[in-house]
Amino acid sequence: MTTPSETGYRSAAAALPIGTPRHHVVIFAVLLGLLLIAPSVLYPVFLMKVLCFALFASALNLLLGFGGLLSFGHAAFFGSASYVAAYAAKAWGLNPEFAILLGVLAATVLGLGIGVLAIRRQGIYFAMVTLAFAQMVYFIAVQAPFTGGEDGIQAVPRGKLFGLIDLTSDYTLYFVVLAIVFGALLLIYRIIHSPFGQVLKAIRDNEPRSISLGYKVNRYKLAVFVMSAALAGLAGATKAIVFQLASLTDVYWSMSGEVVLMTLLGGMGTVFGPIIGAAVIVTMQNYFAGFGAWVTVLQGVIFVASVLLFREGIAGVLAKWLKKPL
Amino acid sequence: MNFKTLILASATSLLLAGTALAQTAVKIGVLNDRSGVYADLSGEGSVIAARMAAEDFDAAGKGITVEIVSADHQNKPDVASTIARQWYDQDGVDLIVDVPTSSAAFAVNEITREKNKIFMNSGAGSADLTGAQCSPNTVHWTYDTWALAHGTGSAMVAEGNTKWFFITADYAFGQALEKDTAAVVEAAGGEVLGTVRHPFPGTDFSSYLLQAQASGAQVIGLANAGGDTVNTIKQAAEFGITQAGQALAGLLIFITDIHALGLETAQGLVLTESFYWDLNDETRAWSERFAAENDGKKPTMVHAGVYASVLHYLKAVESTGSKETDAVMAAMKATPTSDPLFGEGTIREDGRKVHDMYLFQVKTPAESTGPWDYYNLLATIPADEAFRPLADGGCAFITN
Amino acid sequence: MFELLGIPPQALFGQLLLGLINGSFYALLSLGLAVIFGLLNIINFSHGAQYMMGAFVAWMLLTYTGINYWWALLIVPIVVGASGVVIERLMISRLYHLDHLYGLLLTFGLALIIQGLFRNQYGVSGLPYSIPAELSGGTNLGFMFLPNYRGWVVFASVVVCFATWFAIEKTRLGAYLRAATENPTLVGAFGINVPRMITLTYGFGVALAALAGVLAAPIYSVNPNMGADLIIVVFAVVVIGGMGSILGAILTGFGLGIVEGLTRVIYPEGSSVVIFVIMAIVLLVKPAGLFGRTQ
Repeated sequence: MTTPSETGYRSAAAALPIGTPRHHVVIFAVLLGLLLIAPSVLYPVFLMKVLCFALFASALNLLLGFGGLLSFGHAAFFGSASYVAAYAAKAWGLNPEFAILLGVLAATVLGLGIGVLAIRRQGIYFAMVTLAFAQMVYFIAVQAPFTGGEDGIQAVPRGKLFGLIDLTSDYTLYFVVLAIVFGALLLIYRIIHSPFGQVLKAIRDNEPRSISLGYKVNRYKLAVFVMSAALAGLAGATKAIVFQLASLTDVYWSMSGEVVLMTLLGGMGTVFGPIIGAAVIVTMQNYFAGFGAWVTVLQGVIFVASVLLFREGIAGVLAKWLKKPL
Repeated sequence: MNFKTLILASATSLLLAGTALAQTAVKIGVLNDRSGVYADLSGEGSVIAARMAAEDFDAAGKGITVEIVSADHQNKPDVASTIARQWYDQDGVDLIVDVPTSSAAFAVNEITREKNKIFMNSGAGSADLTGAQCSPNTVHWTYDTWALAHGTGSAMVAEGNTKWFFITADYAFGQALEKDTAAVVEAAGGEVLGTVRHPFPGTDFSSYLLQAQASGAQVIGLANAGGDTVNTIKQAAEFGITQAGQALAGLLIFITDIHALGLETAQGLVLTESFYWDLNDETRAWSERFAAENDGKKPTMVHAGVYASVLHYLKAVESTGSKETDAVMAAMKATPTSDPLFGEGTIREDGRKVHDMYLFQVKTPAESTGPWDYYNLLATIPADEAFRPLADGGCAFITN
Repeated sequence: MFELLGIPPQALFGQLLLGLINGSFYALLSLGLAVIFGLLNIINFSHGAQYMMGAFVAWMLLTYTGINYWWALLIVPIVVGASGVVIERLMISRLYHLDHLYGLLLTFGLALIIQGLFRNQYGVSGLPYSIPAELSGGTNLGFMFLPNYRGWVVFASVVVCFATWFAIEKTRLGAYLRAATENPTLVGAFGINVPRMITLTYGFGVALAALAGVLAAPIYSVNPNMGADLIIVVFAVVVIGGMGSILGAILTGFGLGIVEGLTRVIYPEGSSVVIFVIMAIVLLVKPAGLFGRTQ
């Protein structure tokens, strides 16, 4: 069975040594530096959106690029965490950190439930199962009274972090979100560059061989699925606090498609690819918002071009050029 | 100080005051659906209406510069919320107008309250905008679900159509419309035989129409809007529902829907609107000017609402000499409204704009003299009866 | 028994018949998808967009050239099918050596492009296409009034589905096709032009989608979003029926229409999600689908 690794990013990913390559440390440091000064130049709310989607795409990449499993229903985790966090903050008046934690918990539980059932299938069937479950989550979101249906949950208070730091100011919130997202990205990095991550890549590249070597493949797959769901939930819950809104867009299947696009464009199986992909797509959506359906066309063109011409994504192309894995 | 200094000081301050007024730059954002199901009833037409208001008010001559921007909220609350936030934070927008689709309107309502700007809604229907979700920063202009329910509902029951069946779009707006109309029907002695909720948006309504037919109701109330309503009516004709004797009540229909349906299918429909281009000389004159800029398409009540609300806002800015939110809102509510489209009216404390509503019936093809000549006026509902009483809304900040 | 369901038998038959009508569309669309996936292993996410194109080309033919419905039934599938052939030659064929998921992503992207372009050009409000005069009006069946056009849709759908099934399962050409998907090298060694067969088969699948679009134009409004909402449901149908099985797709399509019709009576809010519940159950119990063969 052919795997996504035949695309060429295997050359980028296979060279991954144990331990943290120095150039990755440099990239993270530079990235952090840029993000720290960014709000003085760009609109903080826009930056926060980029951060949340960068996390969402990285979470999907964990599953897709490193686990080799295409989930077409990740919006279910993003959106359900978004709703739970919004509800917790608004109706129960919880502090934002508890609201976000509850959101992550909801996404994790949902990820476990769907994962247990979906892992039993592979390839396209796995993708279709995740899509089916995501549609069911969408349906629940439409029908359940607490989600507010078409209106969504609006006027979600930003609250005070730990009861002390007032998050109403966009600038304060930006640094909180930066801390959350950056921390999560480092966590993802750590997962990828660990023995667990190595086994995952082995399973992705050659599942029968991994089974023959004695690894309990299904457990690894389920573990990465749940981790991916939890991190996607973190992105969704944070987004709900930032935008003070949870709506049906968060659980609709086009959201799943968009995050796949971000990962594909940025580079599946690379560390920094999803971040790049998210930044490009969110920027494009923002600045071309006035052009209506041209955004859809542009996204479609990017999809087609990425699949036909550079499957390794932006980060993959950069990695080939720099001759270092990204 | 001596006389000369006094003159100089007065002259200078007058000059400065004049330039201060000349400096008043107002930025108005027209936020609506430009590419979806409501693009025809709002869309670019609302931008045209806003521009006409600024020109007719002679803003330039009065020292107020008006800049108009527009965006597409795609009928989604998250998109509307993001655009409104960016407009207020980054782009210096002072006033947002239009915003059809109630869920998007609620989102803009929240952001406007948070940023203390002004929101004059013309396109959305939910009566909660001046009820449970009321805000001191929001004016709800053209219509709402309560007014429509009472207009169409009471009229049909009065004609003897006491048995109703509802086909409802399964989301907050549809459910609210159904609830309001059912209340009217039952209060007038009628009976609701059944209701079916369809997923929003729907495509095929044949199944629901069949259920409505089987219920034996005299009237099928359509608690949905836009494309859903148009499709339901078309399919009702296809399945011979209306030929078999049941009446259709479109609870929210715009003239653009009738235009899309054609008189053959839509004839006889009873509906409530707050504006019709052919109502009197003033509306006719304005609509001609509008149509000239809008590819010959006549205005809907939403377009009219945008024109009237922008006009009233600019008058308030002129009278207070500033665009400061609290002052302008107070001026808008204190001054009665007067425009060629809605006539005389007032803005209530809860933000509800009050004016006459009209009950129309769609003409038969034989009665119509040409495109857009679609309505016969059945009745005028006077302003003091047309809208929900102030005390019944549950608005939190009204003081009585 | 009918009293248990709370609906009079008359109304029930009416709903079932309506469900059958809707099922015809599902069957026709999933047939095209099943042909493309079953025989070519391509996941054609742009199927919904091609269905929409079928409806639009029919509308364009009528509005710009006055070509009527009956000619459109013939011309539109050929035109749209040809566009499918072009897409396959230029783009999809480059991905055969890769994981199937890339085909999915490519066709997903194509769907976005097609839909976006049509939305820009025509808005979302829906364009009118009238029922052809020969099929207007209806017959009173006693338990319901059946519009003639809807009856025609069921008839056309059944005929096309049967013809396709027959062609693939029972004729020599179909045998070549099925053999080519199992072992292209061997079949090619026999002198059969395998790539050309694959291209034409893809074109045929797309033509089926376009035909469904023409059939749909008079009753559902012709708008750029008409395929987007439908495609997910059709995928579910194909997955349930068994992704390689032509018969499975047809029967499941009609079956889903009926199940949906029943749901609309018992629990209408759930009518859009019942298919996914069924799909999840089937995938977990019999992953190859009801009629599929495990690969």
